[in-house]
Amino acid sequence: MNTTEDSIVETRGLTKEFRGFRAVNDVNLKVRRGSIHALIGPNGAGKTTCFNLITKFLQPTSGAIFFKGRDITRTAPADVARLGLVRSFQISATFPNLNLVENVRIALQRPLGNSFHFWRPESTLSSLDGRALELLDAVGLSEYAGLTAVELPYGRKRALEIATTLALDPELLLLDEPMAGMAREDISRVSALIRKISQNRTILMVEHNMSVVADLCDQITVLARGEVLAEGSYSVVSRNPAVIEAYMGTGQGSAESAGQSSGNANGGTHG
Amino acid sequence: MKSNDSLMILALAAALAVAPFFIYPVFLMKVLCFALFACAFNLLIGYVGLLSFGHAMFFGFAAYVSGYTVKTWGFPTEIGILAGMLVSAALGLVAGLIAIRRQGIYFAMVTLALAQMVFFFCVQAKFTGGEDGIQSIPRRALFGVIDIRNDFTLYYVVLAIFLAGFLVIYRTIHSPFGQVLKAIRENEPRAISLGYKVDNYKLLAFVLSAALSGLAGATKAIVFQLATLTDVTWQMSGEVVLMTLVGGMGTVLGPFVGAAIIIAMQNYLAQFGEWVLVIQGVIFVTTVMLFRRGVVGEIGAYLAKARGTAKE
Repeated sequence: MNTTEDSIVETRGLTKEFRGFRAVNDVNLKVRRGSIHALIGPNGAGKTTCFNLITKFLQPTSGAIFFKGRDITRTAPADVARLGLVRSFQISATFPNLNLVENVRIALQRPLGNSFHFWRPESTLSSLDGRALELLDAVGLSEYAGLTAVELPYGRKRALEIATTLALDPELLLLDEPMAGMAREDISRVSALIRKISQNRTILMVEHNMSVVADLCDQITVLARGEVLAEGSYSVVSRNPAVIEAYMGTGQGSAESAGQSSGNANGGTHG
Repeated sequence: MKSNDSLMILALAAALAVAPFFIYPVFLMKVLCFALFACAFNLLIGYVGLLSFGHAMFFGFAAYVSGYTVKTWGFPTEIGILAGMLVSAALGLVAGLIAIRRQGIYFAMVTLALAQMVFFFCVQAKFTGGEDGIQSIPRRALFGVIDIRNDFTLYYVVLAIFLAGFLVIYRTIHSPFGQVLKAIRENEPRAISLGYKVDNYKLLAFVLSAALSGLAGATKAIVFQLATLTDVTWQMSGEVVLMTLVGGMGTVLGPFVGAAIIIAMQNYLAQFGEWVLVIQGVIFVTTVMLFRRGVVGEIGAYLAKARGTAKE
């Protein structure tokens, strides 16, 4: 394994074809341990495909993926989750008809090793309730603990999803458009939450909202037409003429204003 | 166990315990066998979201196994029933391994295809007696002491079997395993992303459901002293879907109520001949279109709503 010491995830020549169309083409990505790394790019740039490849929800056509120096190119998605690479989804992934404590408990339960025990009462899980409440408290949801997930407003569902993800204490968190479809006040709350949870872990996120990216992320990779267009900090990337052109198509304006407009109109923007 | 549920189950058990004083026990035993079958089926559709369209293979084949082992091999009744259940569990494991990786309608189709294979095997195999089935299966004393030739006594044995199966299902739903099943039903990709190998959970649920369907079928063979092709047909697979939907899938008592309604209809409307099927069809369509939650589901929703307004 000759991955550099400080990168937690690395892709080499990552390529995904859909019936001859290359959605992701020869992407070499390194995510530094402990950083918040954003994957941005105009619609159809291959961000979400790239994301699904890294989380193993899609199989690459060619190329390799390494997590902590270990080749995970052929690993099942449930197994990468166990290795400490956990993802979120564009549409908040909760268990709608379970209450908040139960939602978080599902994530806490697996390491207990009794998940196949159909003869044990549910009360064997109550030992996890305390930890679940702590996690809900960490994302500001403790007062809603008794509600079912479906009753939460959208922004709070995202917080619940993050609490559930944190229950696994993952080393690497992959967030797929965490701000998609959110109101302004939710965005600032979830931003603060992401910053808080980034303390001792790495975060890789796909995000449209440029002000969020500028504010949160240390490192940015810009994708366009399935390929890496630019890489670097926000100030470097946002001044890159190729990036400005990819966003605007003209070379006028800045990535920031372009990002804002696409940020408002996201929703169904699969990369 | 939630106090509400345990009260409900106790009430049901009490009602069933006195029922044979008022209702013909053979009819009641038939209801119980089908209710257990429907409850087992509901474990899959209601709590994992898997629609099996081949559950008759477990129900019917177990009937043959218990009938044959008791009649020809001279097994004691309880061992014969157990054998039927175990063979169904094994059959469930094989069918599950083949079907579980398929989603939605493909899962239903694969289970249907497998059930049809079991059906044709039963038509061809010697031991099933072909069109005649296995007849006059003896009702040998249970554990060598309890005389079950009397319908009244047998009823309580069947009731005990039903309640045992029912409690196993109830416990499964409310176990750590059941929590994971619900998570899979609610959001499978999310369950995977949390590290669950969902296929293994679905498979265990499938095997449990098959085993309990087998228990129901094996018991039915002892009650009616008969095992026939009827119980392995695809119509039987459809009937259990009907019972579960009419009663309310994903509810604890729904399948029981559904089974009771359908069996009562078949019995009391028998004079209308083929028209029973038409009536069943109308009820099915009405349920699907107007009462999606089924009888028990609708009552539950109504009560929850009433409670909600009372609180405000």
